[in-house]
Amino acid sequence: MPEGIVTVAYIAATILFILALGGLSHPETARRGNLYGIIGMSIAMLATIFGVVTANYLMLIAGLIAGGIIGLILARRVQMTQMPELVAILHSLVGLAAVLVGFVNFLDPEVHYTGVELTIHDVETYLGILIGAVTFSGSVIAFGKLSGKIGGAPLTLPARHWLNLALLLIAIWYGYQFVVQSAAGGGLVPLLIMTAAALLFGIHMVMAIGGADMPVVVSMLNSYSGWAAAATGFMLSNDLLIVTGALVGSSGAILSYIMCRAMNRRFLAVIAGGFGTAGSAAVGTGGDQGEVVPVNAMEAANLLVGSKEIMIVPGYGMAVAQAQHIVCEITKILRDKGINVRFGIHPVAGRMPGHMNVLLAEARVPYDIVFEMDEINEEFPDIDVSIVIGANDIVNPSAQEEPDSPIAGMPVLEVWKGRTTIVLKRSMATGYAGVQNPLFFKDNTRMLFGDARESLDEVLMEI
Amino acid sequence: MKIGVPGETHPGEQRVAITPDVAEQLQKLGFSVAIESGAGESASFGDGAYGDAGVDVVSDRAELWSGSDIILKVRAPNDEELDLFHSGQVLISFLWPAQNPELLERLAQAGVTTLAMDSIPRITRAQKQDALSSMANIAGYRAVVEAAQHFGRFFTGQITAAGRVPPAKVLVIGAGVAGLAAIGVARSMGAIVRAFDTRPEVKEQVESMDGEFLMLDFEEEGSGEGGYAKVMSEEFIKAEMALFAEQAREVDIIITTALIPGRPAPELITEEMVASMKPGSVIVDLAAEQGGNCAATEADRIIRKHGVTIIGYTDLPSRLAAQSSQLYGTNLRHLLDDMCPEGDGELTVDMEDEVVRGATVVKDGEITWPPPRIADPSPPPAPADAAEAPPVAAKPKRTFLGPLLTFGIGGLALLGLGAVAPPSFMAHFTVFVLACFVGYMVIWNVTPALHTPLMSVTNAISSIIIIGALIQISSPLNWIAWVAGITVFITSINIAGGFAVTRRMLDMFRK
Repeated sequence: MPEGIVTVAYIAATILFILALGGLSHPETARRGNLYGIIGMSIAMLATIFGVVTANYLMLIAGLIAGGIIGLILARRVQMTQMPELVAILHSLVGLAAVLVGFVNFLDPEVHYTGVELTIHDVETYLGILIGAVTFSGSVIAFGKLSGKIGGAPLTLPARHWLNLALLLIAIWYGYQFVVQSAAGGGLVPLLIMTAAALLFGIHMVMAIGGADMPVVVSMLNSYSGWAAAATGFMLSNDLLIVTGALVGSSGAILSYIMCRAMNRRFLAVIAGGFGTAGSAAVGTGGDQGEVVPVNAMEAANLLVGSKEIMIVPGYGMAVAQAQHIVCEITKILRDKGINVRFGIHPVAGRMPGHMNVLLAEARVPYDIVFEMDEINEEFPDIDVSIVIGANDIVNPSAQEEPDSPIAGMPVLEVWKGRTTIVLKRSMATGYAGVQNPLFFKDNTRMLFGDARESLDEVLMEI
Repeated sequence: MKIGVPGETHPGEQRVAITPDVAEQLQKLGFSVAIESGAGESASFGDGAYGDAGVDVVSDRAELWSGSDIILKVRAPNDEELDLFHSGQVLISFLWPAQNPELLERLAQAGVTTLAMDSIPRITRAQKQDALSSMANIAGYRAVVEAAQHFGRFFTGQITAAGRVPPAKVLVIGAGVAGLAAIGVARSMGAIVRAFDTRPEVKEQVESMDGEFLMLDFEEEGSGEGGYAKVMSEEFIKAEMALFAEQAREVDIIITTALIPGRPAPELITEEMVASMKPGSVIVDLAAEQGGNCAATEADRIIRKHGVTIIGYTDLPSRLAAQSSQLYGTNLRHLLDDMCPEGDGELTVDMEDEVVRGATVVKDGEITWPPPRIADPSPPPAPADAAEAPPVAAKPKRTFLGPLLTFGIGGLALLGLGAVAPPSFMAHFTVFVLACFVGYMVIWNVTPALHTPLMSVTNAISSIIIIGALIQISSPLNWIAWVAGITVFITSINIAGGFAVTRRMLDMFRK
């Protein structure tokens, strides 16, 4: 196949990828967007296979089929609550691929460059491997944390900032060494040392980040996997890789930015880690807050039936208790009674961006009654009953009222402005930020203690 | 215990401390209730209604007094009433302890445990007992009604066959409970309502009542303790007066409610401003009792000056006697409810209870006023605002220098790159930068509900790195082919998994 055709195919793939991302602007066009993505990927692969590949077809097809089957099985089996883990482990594969492609490219005797081009090519290779390695090890650790194989608490080594700085300096120094030695025909040793340092950096970085910051980490790794692809594209002088990598990279970066803004935290502060450690737990107004008013399922059901406007605010606790189906059931019954039930979603509820939306969609809650925080926050004064399911920090009024609170300034859902709030919670424990929540002590808050699913089951019976 | 409710003797006072409804609920708490014959007449609650509610109607005032353990009143007792008290009795009424020290002295001598309804701390928990708010609400309502009474035109704008009627413009100064009530009533009558307050945090409340909040181009925080306003600086007052002078020429009705605790009311509307108002305009001065916010106000009277009607009634709640009696009585009941936790008709004055402690001004012959300070003033936003102030001050610097620095460094770095890099690299670089921008534009359009599918689809797309492996797989070197094969394998997991799981998720999103 002539090179021109391959290029045209790549242009088509690029456009299809952009359309795929654009399609996600609305649930109705999203499915078509995904289809565009699949077509784009197929075109790009077919063009490459027929245009570039000349041998080893057997291995190629075996790899494609085996990988494809595993991927499909994974996609089919995964629980919606485990989506963050799946996404994390898939990111690690992109990172690993970038490392492997980078090393092969460096060691391939057929690749020849000289002068400035060699230097630039070396830098590209180096960066591709660096970002790929960080993505790989970081994603593996993120996977471990999200799936509970590694504890969620942040690991705060005493000199962690210095360690990061040292690793960065190592990467820069050996980058220089690599360029110099590569010009003389060597360079494998600095490359290996850097890879080890980058792997270490990825592990350390994610280990230091607390559970509540996971949405940022997942979207950040998403971004990294894109940049790794873009760097690989530079290395291979392949525009398709560059464009796609840049698209994915900026997508992840924007998501990270949105997540950080939703927590009112600086990106660097999240990366530096250590949020939600035991040290900050002492902050907060302590126990002298007044009394909580517990209710039982029947009283809660009466409150719900007697209201006109209901807002449900789900949090990670709903995912843990797998309560989304029962929530949907209750929503349906209440809506049939003519009660306006809606959902208010905080951007960082859950463990990855949009996690709650996916869970509610899985439970077949119609997406047009699910609203974002910014859309719905002003309506709380008109809400009769808000139900907070397994959420804590995202409905904490001290973010607005206590300037010295660790979560001060974080945008929160203002449930306390409604007439009554029912909080479903297992115990009075604090959220990931380790901050006591004055919401629980407000006059118009009722606490329904117990496992979210069991409590809601009882509420459903009473309705 | 026995509750006695005497009629009010203050001239012009129409209210009564409890209504038949409240009396009924008090009996449920275990109290027995007696009322002086005719006490509720002026508030439209006849003796018969009380009798039906199980209240003992007593015609002899002295007998009622001597036979009761608890006396509920609206106004503070006068000299004759003070003589009727006996030791050990409990009195609950408005009292104004700061203005009436000798009254406290006499009550203490008489051994009357006294709770002042006006001293109930203004905290969230005590809202249901807050009679000041109830009365202020009524005063605000009545102020608009009085203004309408003396205003010669409609409030609402109309287009009629006989011509166009412009809506009345109302200015409310001081957006406390009374001010907010006035805003709401005037708005619902169709007037254009503006409001001013020295405390910026009430802006939202004003807007929630559909009023327009007048901003002063001046930085000063006017929130004092307990949600009241404080005295402002001279410059602030100057700016404020200029605003009022300008508004006075424009509006038809001014309702002033500005009070600073323990001080005479600030004079906000000068004679000149009154003179500058349109003929037929009305000023209602709710601060008349404390000297008035308007220079021309005379307490308890309506006067006309420069063609402007100035209303200085100090008894607005009493002019809506049935409503105020009902709300006041309910406030009283909530207080008694709290003080009688067992529901057995026994009153306990628990000095540990923040609300009861605040209200109690005389106990066991001792004056217990003023109460020790409590930590928490009611609306908390004040400190939050203060904390936000420094970043605002720091911002201008950052907004100016920050981007300049970023663009400067970025530009230099690009120039440096362009100077050394070969054209082939720059071509790729152009594509890269443009792609970043396309990504930026496209991603912002993604609805937040689809962020998870976005991540899984971008993840699938980023497996385009498979192209790298495809290029390498045909290498004659065996080990390169093998590594490339492995890369193909793992990226295909990603491609198939990413797209499939995205599809699965998107299929779930439905209306």
